[in-house]
Amino acid sequence: MTGRKIGVVVCQCGGNISDYVDTEKVRAEAAKEGDVVSTQVQMFACSDAAQQAVIQEIREKKLDGIVVCSCSPKLHTATFRAMAERAGLNPYEYTQVNLREQCSWAHTHDRAAATEKGIRLVRAGIAKTALSRPLEKMRVETLPQALVIGAGIAGLRSALALSDLGISVHLIERADRPGGQVRRWGTLFPNDKAGKDLIEDLVRRVHERDNIQLYLGTELVERSGRVGAFSVKVRAPTGDLISLDVGAIVVATGFEPYTPAAGEFGYGLDGVLTLPELKELLAATPGPLVYRGRPVRSIAYVYCVGSRQPAEGGTQRTYCSRYCCSATSHLATVVTGLDPAVHQFHLFRDVRTYGKYEALYERALKGGSVFLRYSEEDLPTVVREDGGLVVRIHDRLLAGEEVEIRPDLVVLVTGMIPRANDDLVRNLKLPIGPDGFFREVHVKLRPVETVVDGVYIVGTAQGPKNVAESVATALASVSKAGALLLKGYVDLDPLVARVDPTLCEWCGECQTACPYGAIDEVEYGDRHIAQVNAVLCKGEGACVPACPKAAISVQGYTNEQITSMIDALAKEVA
Amino acid sequence: MATAETRSPRILVFSTNAISDMGIDLAGSAHMAYSPTVQVIAVPCSGGINPAWIAHAVKSGFEGVFVAADGPECALLPDCVARTAKVVERAQEILKADGLDPQRVKMAAICSVCAEPFVNHMKQFGRSLAELPMATAGA
Repeated sequence: MTGRKIGVVVCQCGGNISDYVDTEKVRAEAAKEGDVVSTQVQMFACSDAAQQAVIQEIREKKLDGIVVCSCSPKLHTATFRAMAERAGLNPYEYTQVNLREQCSWAHTHDRAAATEKGIRLVRAGIAKTALSRPLEKMRVETLPQALVIGAGIAGLRSALALSDLGISVHLIERADRPGGQVRRWGTLFPNDKAGKDLIEDLVRRVHERDNIQLYLGTELVERSGRVGAFSVKVRAPTGDLISLDVGAIVVATGFEPYTPAAGEFGYGLDGVLTLPELKELLAATPGPLVYRGRPVRSIAYVYCVGSRQPAEGGTQRTYCSRYCCSATSHLATVVTGLDPAVHQFHLFRDVRTYGKYEALYERALKGGSVFLRYSEEDLPTVVREDGGLVVRIHDRLLAGEEVEIRPDLVVLVTGMIPRANDDLVRNLKLPIGPDGFFREVHVKLRPVETVVDGVYIVGTAQGPKNVAESVATALASVSKAGALLLKGYVDLDPLVARVDPTLCEWCGECQTACPYGAIDEVEYGDRHIAQVNAVLCKGEGACVPACPKAAISVQGYTNEQITSMIDALAKEVA
Repeated sequence: MATAETRSPRILVFSTNAISDMGIDLAGSAHMAYSPTVQVIAVPCSGGINPAWIAHAVKSGFEGVFVAADGPECALLPDCVARTAKVVERAQEILKADGLDPQRVKMAAICSVCAEPFVNHMKQFGRSLAELPMATAGA
């Protein structure tokens, strides 16, 4: 017994729990636990009436902890934390026990065993709550300034939209001119506007803004601070270091086009180009296509070069680069528009002109493009014979029949690969996915946020995207950064690591284990101990197994709490 | 008396709030049955599990501990798999030192929709635990 006054609510979930678990027995067993002074069964604990009843009980019995045994914590943790708060109870003194997804619904065939498990689970919830501590959200101020890294189309668009919100922007670009990959490209799908024109228009607008500062030839070299108040240092082309204070960081560092290895589908032979090289050639050539002084009468495109590769061999380019099928179908229509007599052969694995871009594929087909399908196991070959290029493919749509093409140009439809940004990754402490691109917190629900609060990833820095998708993520990051910076403050979750100064003897193991730089060595009396910077800590607990003294733990998951939960689960049920 | 075929060993599962606990929830939502002797404690990340907790569970009467790891999808630790493997390895060392079978600890990545793999793991792990001689250390 700890002298706590804990209340327990057992939810029937309208039969979802009580049909398979004896909720009354669970309540009665909970009532026998030492610190429990109040128990009740509710038909729907999340209903307004039930919450009101629980609030009344918390107030009347002056409860200092509450355990709700209902559905998965994913569904109603926020609901019941808010309920606790309304009752005047610290929301972190509330524990949810998963009695539905992980008990009644999983064990519908054995009511006695499910009830026994339910009793163990509620005991563990009580044990955890008995050792809980009131915690306060950390409120920190935010500075209405943003750093945008990369002045390609996503970075430029982010900067303008942040500026629209009244947020001052420092836009840094490693190259000596803005525009990234898109500037080099000719007409873009779906509306045939030139990449260069799109970029020049955005750059002109950026220059017109008083609250956007563009730094060219400039790289980030250092980042410290926390969400809402980052301190960054950037290196100007002169070598000077410039210090900037910003509240949020948008990472728009883009992609690298895949460069085939020498000999990969004939790469290196005269007349074998990559997709970006063909785009540049088209952008630079007015009128019908000419390559090295010779008119181009036929083109063979080989799709999926560098994308959708087998996972073995260290490369993780298993992903589809998304834009290439649409871009190539579009290019075919551009080439046809310049000279309808050009023969175009598309050697594809699968055509992924998804969504609205299906129309581009239709247009390419109608323009006379021929599509031939190859398989991953039987790749087309590209060689030079008798002074010309020869492409051979076993066409799956012709039952594997060999087809020989003698084109003037072979275009390798190369995908996107992540940029080599090791210094930036180290400075920002951002996680990288197995494919090498920056990784978001949640692919569907938090697509531009990273685990580092206040740092957003947009455009192709996060993974292959076309221009429209890149801009969409750029604007998504602006809405997130705007919400963060315009409010003026942010509340941070207090479930972070904490050091017991009486146990810590500073060995530095936790600091080494922490990927977020959240642990500092500080003086404590006449010795040194570890201290957690709560604003930087992500609460994942990487430091916990590293500590030889069990002196560091995550709030809500302390050694004492987990151990007592294990004891409670292990205890026999009478 | 229950045989290895019918006995359901008690298993403690460490799941993770953001990923594997959701996969385990999904198994329940789909009414995919596994033994009620399987109980779950959810933590923020499998790379933050203290090996001592695992050892404590085995010494407290759980016949096995299953770490439902975040796997390569962990958003918090890019090297979560390696870190979790290290945690499991250290827990196994503690068990060995106490004369307990290190096979009582098992780890596998369980994704947020890995309902069926979770249930299969529980069945297989349960079967292999049932074949081990009963734990004696600390008893």
